[in-house]
Amino acid sequence: MSTATQTIDNPADPTAGLPTSIRVSDVSLYYGAAQALKSIHMEVPQKKVTAFIGPSGCGKSTLLRCFNRMNDLIDNVRITGLIELEGQDIHAPEVNVAQLRRRVGMVFQRPNPFPKSIFENVAYGMRIQGGIPRSELEDRVEWSLKMAALWEEVKDRLKETALGLSGGQQQRLVIARAVAVQPSVLLLDEPASALDPISTLKIEELIHQLKDNYTIAIVTHNMQQAARVSDFTAFLYLGELIEFGATQQIFTNPKKKRTEDYITGRYG
Amino acid sequence: MTGQESPGMRSWFRSGEPWVWMNAAAVALSILAVVGILSLIAINGFAHFWPRDVAQLEVTAGDHAGTLLGEVVDSDSLDRQRYIEATGDESLPADVAMISRLLVKTGNRRLNPPDFRWVFEQHIANTSWPNDVIAIERTEWGNAYGFIEAVTTREGTVTGEASFEALIAEIEAAEALREEIVTLQRGSLQSINASLERLRLEDRRIELDLTLDEDARVAALSDTQSRRQTLQAEYATEENRLRELAGGFEGRSITLRLADGRTEELPLITIVRAWQPNALSTAGKLAHYARSVWLFLSEDPREANTEGGIFPALFGTVLMVLLMSVLVTPFGVIAALYLREYAKQGPFVRLIRIAVNNLAGVPSIVYGVFGLGFFVYFLGGSIDQLFFPEALPAPTFGTPGLMWASLTLALLTVPVVIVSTEEGLTRIPRSVREGSLALGATKAETLFRVILPMASPAILTGVILAVARAAGEVAPLMLVGVVKLAPTLPLDGVFPFLHLDRKFMHLGFHIYDVGFQSPNVEAARPLVYATTLLLVFIIVMLNLTAIMLRSRLEQRYRGVEG
Repeated sequence: MSTATQTIDNPADPTAGLPTSIRVSDVSLYYGAAQALKSIHMEVPQKKVTAFIGPSGCGKSTLLRCFNRMNDLIDNVRITGLIELEGQDIHAPEVNVAQLRRRVGMVFQRPNPFPKSIFENVAYGMRIQGGIPRSELEDRVEWSLKMAALWEEVKDRLKETALGLSGGQQQRLVIARAVAVQPSVLLLDEPASALDPISTLKIEELIHQLKDNYTIAIVTHNMQQAARVSDFTAFLYLGELIEFGATQQIFTNPKKKRTEDYITGRYG
Repeated sequence: MTGQESPGMRSWFRSGEPWVWMNAAAVALSILAVVGILSLIAINGFAHFWPRDVAQLEVTAGDHAGTLLGEVVDSDSLDRQRYIEATGDESLPADVAMISRLLVKTGNRRLNPPDFRWVFEQHIANTSWPNDVIAIERTEWGNAYGFIEAVTTREGTVTGEASFEALIAEIEAAEALREEIVTLQRGSLQSINASLERLRLEDRRIELDLTLDEDARVAALSDTQSRRQTLQAEYATEENRLRELAGGFEGRSITLRLADGRTEELPLITIVRAWQPNALSTAGKLAHYARSVWLFLSEDPREANTEGGIFPALFGTVLMVLLMSVLVTPFGVIAALYLREYAKQGPFVRLIRIAVNNLAGVPSIVYGVFGLGFFVYFLGGSIDQLFFPEALPAPTFGTPGLMWASLTLALLTVPVVIVSTEEGLTRIPRSVREGSLALGATKAETLFRVILPMASPAILTGVILAVARAAGEVAPLMLVGVVKLAPTLPLDGVFPFLHLDRKFMHLGFHIYDVGFQSPNVEAARPLVYATTLLLVFIIVMLNLTAIMLRSRLEQRYRGVEG
C-alpha cells in the first residue's frame, strides 16, 4: 500500500483492505508546457465503482485516459510517475498497448458505434483478436448484449446497422462491445451525459450489475449520479486530486473545504 | 433614370434582388450552353444512321450537268454575287437575290468521283424518287447508288423483279461466310501465329544463352524445329480452309446500272449490305436504323476510319479507363493515408500537399511527354532488356502501349484521388477511431476495418473525378499508346489474354483523326458527331455507375460523418 500523500488528507487509506486494480503513484501529465495532472496518488479498488468528479478541465478525463494509454494518441503529451495495472507498469517497454486496451475497456461520452451491423459491432474486438470460432463468437455476442441489457431489444435485428439504434441503445451497444473482449477494467467517460433521463437510468442500473465482474472507473459531471452509482469518489480540481474516499463519506462529510464547496454547488 | 426613380432603384439594388437575378441568369446561360451543345451533338449524331431517300435529279447546267442519283444531305443558299463568282453565269434574273443549293451524296466514288456535289436548285429540271433505286454499303469506295441490272449467283444470273430478293439472300450468305473467315483468322490462325512467334523467340533465347554447350544447343534447336514443323503443317491446313472459304465468293457479283447509264460490276465480297431506300416503310427504316447503329458500335473502321464502325476505339477507351481506375485507386488511397494518418503534420507535409494540388493543374501534354520519356523509354526499355532480350531490337514494352497509357493517365489523375480521399479521412470523427483503438485494435487494424470503409464514398468521389478527366483526355495518349488504327484488340483469346503492350484506339483520338485528318471531309462529318455522342455517353455511363455505387455506400455510413 502506498504511503499517505499531501493531496489525500486521509491518514487511513480509504481503500485499505481491498485488492487494488490500478495503482497510480506520483503521476503528472503535461500537454506541451501546460501541466494537466499534478502528482496524483491513488488506488482504484477491484470490482468496485470509482467515480471521478470535478469541474470541467480539472483533469478527470485525462486521468481516466491514462489508464488505457489513450493519451498516447495525442501529440506532445508527457507522463511521469507510475501507473500499475494489477501490479504491472503499463508504460513498461514490454507492454503491448493493444493488449493493455483489451484488458482496460473504455466507453466514451458520445456513443460511437461503427457503421456496421449490431452483431459486427459487438464482435469487432473479438475479430481483432482472431481465432475465435463462429459459434463461440455468436455466444459471446449474445452474452455481451445480455450483460449490457440490450439483448431483448435487438435480438431480432442483429444484422441491421447499429446506426439505426437510439442514443441510449447505442451507448449500451458500445458497453456490450467493450464487455465482449472480457476486460478486467471498464473506463466510462461521462457515459450518460449525451443521453435522456430514462436512458441514463438504464445505464446506471447497468453499472450496478457490471461491478460484480468488473472494476469500473467512471467520470461524471453529475454529482447525483456519482452518489448513486459509485462506491468510491475522487474529487479533482485544477489537475490535483483534492480528496479521495468512500462515496458516502465524500458526499456527507467531506474533509476538504474545496470538496464541500464543489459538492454543495458553490462552483463548478 | 430620373431623379424620382433613383431612390427606388437604389433600394432595389440594396435589397439584393439584382444579384439574385444575375445568378439566375448565369445559371440559365450555363444550362442553355450545356443543353445546346448536347442536343447539337445528339441530333447530328443520331441523324447520321437514318436511311434517307435517294433522289434522281435531272441537272441541266453547271459542273454536274446530267442525271444524278443520291441522298440530299444538306442545303444552303448563296447571294447573287457569290453565285456569279462561282459559276460565271450572268444570266440570272435581276430580282433573284439568293440562290439555294443542295449537297447531294452521289456515292460511286470509284467510277464517278467526287461522291459529294453541290447542285444549284435552279439547275435541276426534274426530281424523282424511283422506287427501285438501290443503295449499297461497300467495304471500300463508300456507298454505291444505282439500279440492279443483274445478280450473278452460283446458280445463274437473276434479273428483273426477283433480283433484289436474290441480292439480299446472297448478302446473307456472304455474311455467314465472312463470319466463318473471321472466326478462323481470329481463332486458330492467330493462335498458331502466336505460337510460331513464341518459337522464334525461343530460338533466339537458345542462341543467346551462353551457358549451353554446343550439343545442348543443337538438341534444343532441333526440338523447336520439329515443333515448328508441326505448327507450320497445321497452319497450312488452316490456310487451305481459309482459301476454300474465300473461294465461296468466287463468281458471285452484282451488276449495277449507275445514273448516267454506265454499269459497274461489284463482287459480292465487297458488299456489306443493300437496301431500297425509297421503297422502305417507316418500320423498315427503323429496322435499318437499328442495324446501322449496331454495325457502328460493333464493326471495325474501314476506309481510313471514315466508314464502318468504331468498336476498337470504344473497347480501347473503356479498357484504358478501367485499367487507369484500377491503378490510380490504390496508389492515391495509400498516398492519402500516409499523408493524413502517418506523416507527422508540419510544414514539409503541407508543402507536399500543395505540390500534389498543383500537380492537378499541370498541362496534360506534359504528362504525355513524361510518360513517353520515363515509362516507355526508361521503364519499358529496361523491362525489354531484362525480360525480353530475345525479341530485341524489336521492342516489347519499350514502345507506347496500353499499360503506359493507363499509367500515364493514372499519374495525371492521382492528385484528384489523393485530395478527395484526404478530405474523406478528415471528416471521420475522432470518436470512431478511439472506439476502435480502445477495443485493442492497432492503428493499421483500425484503418482497414473502420476508417477505410467509412472513407470509401470520398474515395469513390475521387475516382469519379479521375474517370471523368481520364476518359476525355487525348493529348497525352497520342504520345504513349493511342494509334489511328488498331483493329487487334488488347484483350483476346491468346495467352496472356490481356495484352498490355499493345497499342489501342481511343474515341477521343478517333474524333480528332476522323474530323481533322480525314481525306473525305463530307463523309467524315456525321461520324464525328456520332463518335462524340458515344464518347459523351460513355463518360456519363462510367460516372453514373460510380455515383450509384457511392450513394449506396453513403447510405450505409449515413449518420456517422459530421
